[in-house]
Amino acid sequence: MQQRFVREIMEMKHRTLLLSFVVGAIFFVLMLRLWHLQILSVDDYRNMSENNRLRFVPIASSRGAIMDRNGSVLVSNRPSFSLAVVPQEVMDKESLLDQLAELLGLDRSELAGRWEKGKGRAKYYPIVLASNINRDQVDIIEENRLRLPGVEVEMKPVREYSSGILAAHLLGYISEISEDELNRQGYEDYNPGDYIGKNGIERAWEQELHGSDGGRQLEVDARGRVLRTISESYPTVGNSVVLTIDAALQKSAERAFGEQAGAAVAMDVNSGEILAFVSNPGFDPALFSGKLPADKWKEYLEDKRHPLENKALTGQYPPGSTFKIITALSGLENSKITESSTVNCQGSYDLGTSTFKCWNKHGHGTTNLKKSLRESCDVYYYQLGEHLGVDLIAATAAKFKLGAPLGIGLKNEKAGLVPTAAWKQNKYGKRWFHGETLPVAIGQGYVLMTPIQMASMIATVANEGTVYRPYLVKRIVDSDGKPLKEFKPEIIGTTGISADKFRLVKQGLYAVVNDPGGTGAAARLWDFKVAGKTGTSQVVKMRDSKQSNAYQFRDHALFVAFAPFDKPEIAVAVVIEHGEHGGAAAAPIAGRMLRAWFDSKKPPQKATPRNKDDENVDDGEKAEPAAKEPEPGNEARP
Amino acid sequence: MIDRRLFVNIDWMLLGLVVAVSLLGILNIYSATTPYKITGAPYYLKQFYWMTFGMFIALLICSFDYHLLEDFSYWLYGFLVILLLAVLVVGRSSMGATRWLHLGFINIQPSELMKIVIIITFAHFFNNFHAQGGLAVRDVFLPLGILILPAVLIMKQPDLGTATLVILIAVSMTFYVGLRWSTIVTFVLVAIPMAWLGWSHFLRPYQKNRILDFINPERSRLGSGYHIIQSKIAVGSGGLTGKGFIKGTQSQLRFLPEQHTDFAFSVFAEEWGFIGCLVLIILYLSLVLWGLNIARRCNDRFGCLLAMGVTAMLFWHIVINMGMVIGMFPVVGVPMPFFSYGGTSMITSMVGIGILQSISMRRFMF
Repeated sequence: MQQRFVREIMEMKHRTLLLSFVVGAIFFVLMLRLWHLQILSVDDYRNMSENNRLRFVPIASSRGAIMDRNGSVLVSNRPSFSLAVVPQEVMDKESLLDQLAELLGLDRSELAGRWEKGKGRAKYYPIVLASNINRDQVDIIEENRLRLPGVEVEMKPVREYSSGILAAHLLGYISEISEDELNRQGYEDYNPGDYIGKNGIERAWEQELHGSDGGRQLEVDARGRVLRTISESYPTVGNSVVLTIDAALQKSAERAFGEQAGAAVAMDVNSGEILAFVSNPGFDPALFSGKLPADKWKEYLEDKRHPLENKALTGQYPPGSTFKIITALSGLENSKITESSTVNCQGSYDLGTSTFKCWNKHGHGTTNLKKSLRESCDVYYYQLGEHLGVDLIAATAAKFKLGAPLGIGLKNEKAGLVPTAAWKQNKYGKRWFHGETLPVAIGQGYVLMTPIQMASMIATVANEGTVYRPYLVKRIVDSDGKPLKEFKPEIIGTTGISADKFRLVKQGLYAVVNDPGGTGAAARLWDFKVAGKTGTSQVVKMRDSKQSNAYQFRDHALFVAFAPFDKPEIAVAVVIEHGEHGGAAAAPIAGRMLRAWFDSKKPPQKATPRNKDDENVDDGEKAEPAAKEPEPGNEARP
Repeated sequence: MIDRRLFVNIDWMLLGLVVAVSLLGILNIYSATTPYKITGAPYYLKQFYWMTFGMFIALLICSFDYHLLEDFSYWLYGFLVILLLAVLVVGRSSMGATRWLHLGFINIQPSELMKIVIIITFAHFFNNFHAQGGLAVRDVFLPLGILILPAVLIMKQPDLGTATLVILIAVSMTFYVGLRWSTIVTFVLVAIPMAWLGWSHFLRPYQKNRILDFINPERSRLGSGYHIIQSKIAVGSGGLTGKGFIKGTQSQLRFLPEQHTDFAFSVFAEEWGFIGCLVLIILYLSLVLWGLNIARRCNDRFGCLLAMGVTAMLFWHIVINMGMVIGMFPVVGVPMPFFSYGGTSMITSMVGIGILQSISMRRFMF
């Protein structure tokens, strides 16, 4: 029928013959291979199958440690024992369960439940019936080994939070991998029952910390006793993560918080290294690795202070008066104010038909830039805000990389919010009203910042314009401590605002802490010059007297600071939820953190040469004589 | 179109071989799934339903003239590529790979259908292609493009096994049409750097591990290297006559992975021994040779190519699966046609048989 391609068709037909021979040959090879396996090597394989009481005992890898910047260990491992059975070797399940329950004092129905759940895998595969059994129970099992065929004790490393500090939100916790996670990309090499980091550093650095499991191929006899080890592959220990955190600083910050809820972040102003990362109250990460007791879980959930929330990372707060730093810089940048221009504060500011109140109802009188910062005059910023308009303020905030996550490397980092007219149009379909700019100028209204952003902002002020990406991990080291990866500071932006403008604001911030009338006096140190800014952010717009005392309606207290003033090293941001007043609640904590930082950095004997601090503020001056004695230096001050 | 006289010419040899292998498969699945805890219908029964359903589909297909496929081939191809894209976007995930498309009442696996469609597409393409003296390098570019698009999409799912099969089928057909020596040499030279690129960019870690495990099973005794060892023990311990039905220790004690699907042959080899294996291999060999015979007897080029493509598909499934079970190939998820448990594999294979039957029945028509 088809006359086309006659030759090609003939060619192909010839080729089918050739292909038949190729197919025959390949099948012949398969048969040869089967011959080799089933006829020639049958004895070997018969033996192996008869003794296929070959058993794999997985050896769990040891997770890498997490250390602080000075190498002190924050999280390590300790061995934990669990009771397992190999179903294949159990003759009488029911009586075995009875024996185990009786010998070890465990709940029989719980053991039976775990057994039922573990079914469905190969019968030689051990099912864990009870994890975290104690040494006595291990001994009892060993003593009764012969009466308990199929029972074995498995050892695996579990997390130990050895250092006194918690930093629970930062470190995160590990627990058993979920079915969902097993199917997820990146977890292909995991098996059910493996532990993985679920949160914080443990999760973000899972790949480094995990290591890889090993296993032992054992030959066992009919009673499950090991005859010999056929092969063994050793687990590789995970790498350790060295954080940028300073344990001493972290500890003192957490202690300073006490029972108060809130967050604090300390940052190296010249690199973006996070030195302390506090979210208070904390939780016990060890509890999350096993079965969390129901009452504890309830306690965490019902606590009004939300201990499970990572406030430093995901908490978004109105920055309150700390935001005046941005507004002031925006004013200087856009030539709306100068060092000497003044505003007369009478305690309130009228715009159209609305009146905006200053926190000091008696007014601050004639106020220049320095005074406006020192005494946190609202009226000064209301007027400046009105002159600037929201978009210019937002433009300055954007130069500080506010309004977007800074990329600290943990999941769920929040963006905060820097409002613009366009943003409001987009979100609510309404135009921006002038009256809305005024609250923004003092860090209320729509503005939101995370504690990380607050720390980054004050660090950028301290270093006069460089925005570093905040980071938590200094390096990765292997189990012998050999460095594998080193992380370097990364500049994510420069503000382009000239240094002299920064200095004007910084002088104001210095006055906040050190001048009479400053709102942040509680953060003052006797030996280092601190500069900072207080903030109080409203939780509810108007508080009537009935509500005013309820915890959840109280204002948040904020404080941002850096030190030393002349050569800044460290920036801190402190948020006390419902702490009312920044100067009273947050500033002392910032002060204690700075104190801890300088103490931990300088060995005690080197604390004396303070010649550079000659022209100290009045407070420091008085302390001078006492400190000149070589020994009691630090203790001289309360 | 449906001519009842056609069924006088039904290819009993083809039908007989398929039924024989399928029944052996069901028997074997019965044994392999004995140690399972089963809820619902037992596997062997389900497999029987799949076989019946598959044969019905084969009957449906062979009652139509296969030349119809030529008219639709590019449409089918386009449609399948869209489905493959859809899988990547909205597919259902299982075991870390996204292969299924959920269409309300039925779940389909477009990558599986692609095996058939690539056969039809290539048959159509080469049917209209002058290739006297063999294909030159430039002649191969277009078919290569036709192949690479779906192959990459399948590899992205990721489904290394199916992607490999689609490529092998297409390459087999191209060889069948005929290649010049210069073409072969050129492609070998190009393939080496491409393989390196694929290794470093396309393979997922677990896929690389499987290949490395195959090269050195000692590498990971817990991972797929373990599967190869256990499978070899099962096959080897079967000996000449096997351990007997439902008496294989390796399978009954569940040392084998996926023993009712990809490793079904390993259960069979353990329980029926070398003699059983020989019977099964001869059945499969006969099936493949018969497929080639259908291609040889066919009088038009499209039919020849189609028959050859379907035969290549069956052949590669058989060889790769068997090679994997006896430790000659890496562990890739390729089932044994008609023998491994699984509806998708059964349907795909039966569609292929329907096409072969359609060609065989019409050999006297031209």
